[in-house]
Amino acid sequence: MIAAFFGSIPAMVLLTGILVGASAALLGSFLVLRGNAMLTDAISHSIVFGIITVWLITGQISGPVQVLGAALTGVLTVVLTELLARSKLVKMDAAIGLVFPALFAIGVILISIHARNVHIDVDTVLLGEIGFVWLHTMTVFGVRVPVAVATLGVVLAVNLAFVLVLWKELKLATFDPGLAAALGFLPGVLHYAILTLTSVTAVAAFDAVGAILFIAFVIVPPATAYLLTRRLWLMVALAVALSVAACVTGYMLAMRWNVSIGGMMASMTGVWFALALLFAPGRGLVAQALRARADQLDHDCRALVAHIYTHQDTPSMAEENTLRALVEHLRWPEPRARAAILRAHDRDLIERRAGLLALRPKGAAEAMAIFGQAAQGPLSGRDRTAAPSLDASHPL
Amino acid sequence: MNALIDLISSGIVQTVLIGAALLGAISGMLGAFAVLRRQSLLGDALSHAALPGVCLGFLVAGGRDLGSVLAGAFATGALAALIMMLIVRRTTLKTDAALGIVLSVFFAVGIVLLTVIQTRGGAGSLGLMTFLFGQAAAILRADLWIMGGIGLAALVLVLAFWKEFKLVSFDADYARAQGFPVTLLEAGLTVMVALAIVVGLQLVGVVLMVALLIAPAAAARQWTNTLGTMVMLSAAIGATSGAAGALISATTRGLATGPVVVLIVTGAVLVSITVAPGRGLLWQALAARRARARISDGRVLTTLHSLAEAHDDAGYPAEQGMLQTALGAMPPAAQINALERRGLIRPVTHPPETTPHWELTEAGHAEAAAISGAPDRTQSPDGSQQEGKQ
Repeated sequence: MIAAFFGSIPAMVLLTGILVGASAALLGSFLVLRGNAMLTDAISHSIVFGIITVWLITGQISGPVQVLGAALTGVLTVVLTELLARSKLVKMDAAIGLVFPALFAIGVILISIHARNVHIDVDTVLLGEIGFVWLHTMTVFGVRVPVAVATLGVVLAVNLAFVLVLWKELKLATFDPGLAAALGFLPGVLHYAILTLTSVTAVAAFDAVGAILFIAFVIVPPATAYLLTRRLWLMVALAVALSVAACVTGYMLAMRWNVSIGGMMASMTGVWFALALLFAPGRGLVAQALRARADQLDHDCRALVAHIYTHQDTPSMAEENTLRALVEHLRWPEPRARAAILRAHDRDLIERRAGLLALRPKGAAEAMAIFGQAAQGPLSGRDRTAAPSLDASHPL
Repeated sequence: MNALIDLISSGIVQTVLIGAALLGAISGMLGAFAVLRRQSLLGDALSHAALPGVCLGFLVAGGRDLGSVLAGAFATGALAALIMMLIVRRTTLKTDAALGIVLSVFFAVGIVLLTVIQTRGGAGSLGLMTFLFGQAAAILRADLWIMGGIGLAALVLVLAFWKEFKLVSFDADYARAQGFPVTLLEAGLTVMVALAIVVGLQLVGVVLMVALLIAPAAAARQWTNTLGTMVMLSAAIGATSGAAGALISATTRGLATGPVVVLIVTGAVLVSITVAPGRGLLWQALAARRARARISDGRVLTTLHSLAEAHDDAGYPAEQGMLQTALGAMPPAAQINALERRGLIRPVTHPPETTPHWELTEAGHAEAAAISGAPDRTQSPDGSQQEGKQ
């Protein structure tokens, strides 16, 4: 039963994707919150150099020593970048953009030179070979398991233990590094611990999804979760869940359309992000637009009430307290004017009296509240002081 | 040598060299603005985001047609820039997260499209791979006209809006206060960065394009403080690196152009930050040495000592600005550290001030007195320092 599970190709491909997604999302949540997301970009590019160097030295690509060795390059990138930025000769963003392309370039050149001897080529660097993870297997507790699954399983366990054990410290260092330092929690050490684990995860995931698609798994699901919640534990849990969902749907779509599995999985993280960006409750673009529309309608209602109040019982009432005046004098487009009138009517603020718009008691009260002090003075404020400022666009 | 001359005089190699130099010059020129506006990583995101556009252009044209490929790359690059702006403005996500999202998702879609093209087959899909890591040898003579046209357009734009771009790059707030359409100008500069990326893709590919964009500018910045010189120098470095990289990769089998160009241009940066006059690391080290030679340890100690004497307080904390005034320049940190290690001075705080202060230790007072040859009055046994405090 277990052997059958680990022997099934689709199950292994899917499991690899899920392991990559979950390990990456765990760390990514903290990187996104700390504003270090682009360091992932630098790390995942420059481990290419580490992987090929380790291969040249040891002749192997998988194995704990190899993974750690290659992961060192990721940390090295961060150290070099920070050194370069600290020299004040270039800014931080330029320092990132200078260091990792150089290491990546050396990696690609080394691969090109030794192309005949290495089983990784330039395509693997970018795309990974998640479809072929079942080719390389090893025996764990008597069961033949793909090497990638075993490695990534260990990585996920380490990442999970790191996050669970240091939860409180991570939370504090992420949201208030100053306080964390004052309390002696060494936020700098935690920073490098996260980046080291990101490096290790990137190396372990490299075979499966390649250097660049890995970035999608680190950044996009946590960013999506961030749009949906303000609680850290929920954000991390959501990020992992979204990652897993992206892997499952991505795999099914890739099978259906016969396209890159890793690419489709990473694309699906983008689909979740787009959905959250549009429809996140309260914060999504649709909710923002609806709220803006409701605000505008409310504002229009108030302006309408003020307008009617200003002209009620004056000689210009017959001309001003009409739909026409809203369109011609306030320069509102007709649909906007109609919507405001309907809305004010629904709220029992105005009524139609002898063909003109007139205030209901509730509307009059609201107008008094708008004009506030000015309305209490004898006659004066109502016509001269407040009205022009509210009717700014009104050609008097 | 003759072989090299033969090589350079051959038509194909000339095309490749002119094309590579042209691409390098355009990227270098426009990259200068990206670096000054701290948008280097935007360049990285946009170049990765160009991949789906390259594939779409390829699918629409049905082959490797440079015009449609570049148009596609430009379209998705611009779309990526817009989405990034939307994320930054309308959500609370930070800029770097927005960059990472755009970069990785667009690239993933590009990879999916790439496999669509590959499964459709055809020799054309091979030509597409050159856009990942760049292949200058794939530049055709007809392509030179397109590149030249784009380069000329970029040059005309930069010259026409020189004053505006300069102001926006250095002080956008002031530009806004002066009534310049800053948002429009910034959008214009971003569009031009996208343009530089699109033309540079052929040479170094989507993955390494960021280096060709920012490295020439970062190198040029070290040599000058004038924008005009920096832009010209940056273009020159870009052109030289592009041409040299193209020549090396064209003469070596199986070596993509992008990595070679990136290594050359990174070398230029390393040389620049090391030896550039005034700014370079070597110059900084020399300046620190000179300052140290000018201000001997003895002068630091006697200055502290005489300050203590003048205030009748052996533990008188001297502030760094005070030392700077007394010595003519602040001693380099290494010298201060060395004196601290030797136990002659110690750093102290002097609340409520937050700046660093130093006082002489007893050993320091003894040393200073020995140097100046006068008896150490601050340590006199009858305790003149106590008197001062009363």
